[in-house]
Amino acid sequence: MSAQPTATPTTDPTLKSALVRVEDLVKHFPVAGGLFGRAVVHAVDGVTLAIEAGETLGLVGESGCGKSTLGRVIVRLQPATSGHVFFKNTDLTQMRGEKLRRTRQEIQMIFQDPYASLNPRMTVGDIVSEPLRNFGIARGRKAEQKVQEVMRVVGLNPNFVNRYPHEFSGGQRQRIGIARALVLEPTFIVADEPVSALDVSIQAQIVNLMEDLQAKYQLTFLFIAHDLSVVRHISDRIAVMYLGKIVEIGPSDAIRDRPLHPYTKVLESSVPVPDPDIEMARKPILLKGEIPSPVNPPSACRFHTRCPIAQKICSEVEPPLEMKESGHFAACHFAGQL
Amino acid sequence: MPGGTLNAVDGISFDVDRGEIVGIVGESGSGKTMTALSLLRLIPEPGKITSGKILYGEQDVVQMSDEEIREFRGNEVAMIFQDPMTSLNPVLRVGFQVEEAMAAHNRFTRQQARDRVIPMLQRVRIPAAKDRVRDYPHQFSGGMRQRAMIAMGVSNEPSLLIADEPTTALDVTVQASIIELLRDISRELRAAVILITHNMALVASLCNRVIVMYAGRIVEEGPTRAIFKNPQHPYTWSLLRSMPRVDETTRERLISIKGLPPDLGKMPPGCKFHPRCKFRVDRCLTEEPPLAEVDPGQDARCWVLMKNVQNPEAIAQT
Repeated sequence: MSAQPTATPTTDPTLKSALVRVEDLVKHFPVAGGLFGRAVVHAVDGVTLAIEAGETLGLVGESGCGKSTLGRVIVRLQPATSGHVFFKNTDLTQMRGEKLRRTRQEIQMIFQDPYASLNPRMTVGDIVSEPLRNFGIARGRKAEQKVQEVMRVVGLNPNFVNRYPHEFSGGQRQRIGIARALVLEPTFIVADEPVSALDVSIQAQIVNLMEDLQAKYQLTFLFIAHDLSVVRHISDRIAVMYLGKIVEIGPSDAIRDRPLHPYTKVLESSVPVPDPDIEMARKPILLKGEIPSPVNPPSACRFHTRCPIAQKICSEVEPPLEMKESGHFAACHFAGQL
Repeated sequence: MPGGTLNAVDGISFDVDRGEIVGIVGESGSGKTMTALSLLRLIPEPGKITSGKILYGEQDVVQMSDEEIREFRGNEVAMIFQDPMTSLNPVLRVGFQVEEAMAAHNRFTRQQARDRVIPMLQRVRIPAAKDRVRDYPHQFSGGMRQRAMIAMGVSNEPSLLIADEPTTALDVTVQASIIELLRDISRELRAAVILITHNMALVASLCNRVIVMYAGRIVEEGPTRAIFKNPQHPYTWSLLRSMPRVDETTRERLISIKGLPPDLGKMPPGCKFHPRCKFRVDRCLTEEPPLAEVDPGQDARCWVLMKNVQNPEAIAQT
């Protein structure tokens, strides 16, 4: 379980003390073969948020909302089109050379697909120790010891260092991915759908492991997932993304009890609960239409084309992400009215 | 594995009535899909049904001739798969594929089939069906493709509908609308529906009865409410507690099930769940329990049963 952030009743996205601060981040991808050859996918379109040291920020949204891209741009796996990512108050997007290398040790990523993200020709020992070699931290005996220690921490038998990824199950492979992320002793980990490829009984093992590791090493997580139930369970705060924008962000409990943005409310109402009595009464709010293309997103509020309570103003004036109650922000002209 | 036999599904018995939605739940490799495929005799080579009966009314599907099974599959049963993109032909218009599904069997003439296409698409709530009927599958979104698949499936008014992970590939808001559609369709058709899924919440939402599978066996079955409120098999009990819930108010530690399901080639002796079970007794290691009634209508395959365990949460967390 993660430590509750002690300082301010979190969290103003512009908060200066945050470990990670994302400011007006934009990521556009050019699309090949657009009519004039310059169509652009607005994957991330002006995201501002802050992540405090020691907390887990959950990022939810449906496919194509830009959540994975946001995660990848934050860790600089992909360059930003514009905007800033401050890590310990230094702008990652501007960092170069040795400084960037050193900072990168502190920022790691865990991927969704434990099959695709591990090199099948490398042994587990090589996979987990590779970051140590890359950063010139340890080699030989010392690296071996470190690898064995990390394997033990993530619940893998250290005697398996010479085995290959295919000899492990999906859950164990995800542990290998976590071991590789941990070996550099990072402070900040972006986990992109880390449990969605796993069977239910295995998901719980990995979720518990991540919570244990966070408590043990005071890790800060950005936990990206489409599954609101998992995100709710693991996160201190939750950010909801729709078509490249954050539409709501706030403490987990507040998002559950008082969702302010209509889209959040729709998401909440759509998730079935393993309880037939509750299911009997649950009435999902069904959305009209399909998610619009991020190549040509709707004007002003991007949700207005599907929103059950949209008014004229929603297609004309973009609602800013505003604080509606302590630490709870929403971008909606009619927040809390659905 | 030369010469060997793997029992993917072992001694499964259940029945489904008209108007009933039965959920078969289990994790990957539990045999849930094989069970469903065997109902249609669609098990991939070299697999085969080595024993047992599949009674459809009075007929035994296992004994049907090739001609009979073709009739049976086309006219009586429909199957909806997880990934609608791979089940639709990408180079044929959606409307034509729905028409083909009807014309392939002798319930409707070609003209009748053609006339029924647009009403079918409307019935599964594809907006602007008159225009979309000429679209190709790639012009449809994932949710719309699944609706098209459902239209194909129900166009012959089957009396048995098998849906294999019908919403797993879809986003949650789309999922919600497909669930609603399946519920309405099953009511309108008065068909028997078998829903195969790993998602317990989906089962709670749709099904009247639940069959829980593990290692090719039914480990528990019963009315949905009983299974969720009063699960007796440790696997069912643990599975329900291993899932985070969207409505949870306390962040209690999830109960995880240690280890992995067994390999089909290396089945443990005794109860197949015993290597992962926190509640096992000596007998579980050597003797496989039968599927026995624990409450009226509810059966479980367990020597212990959860109602006999004091303070199971504490034991499970150790």
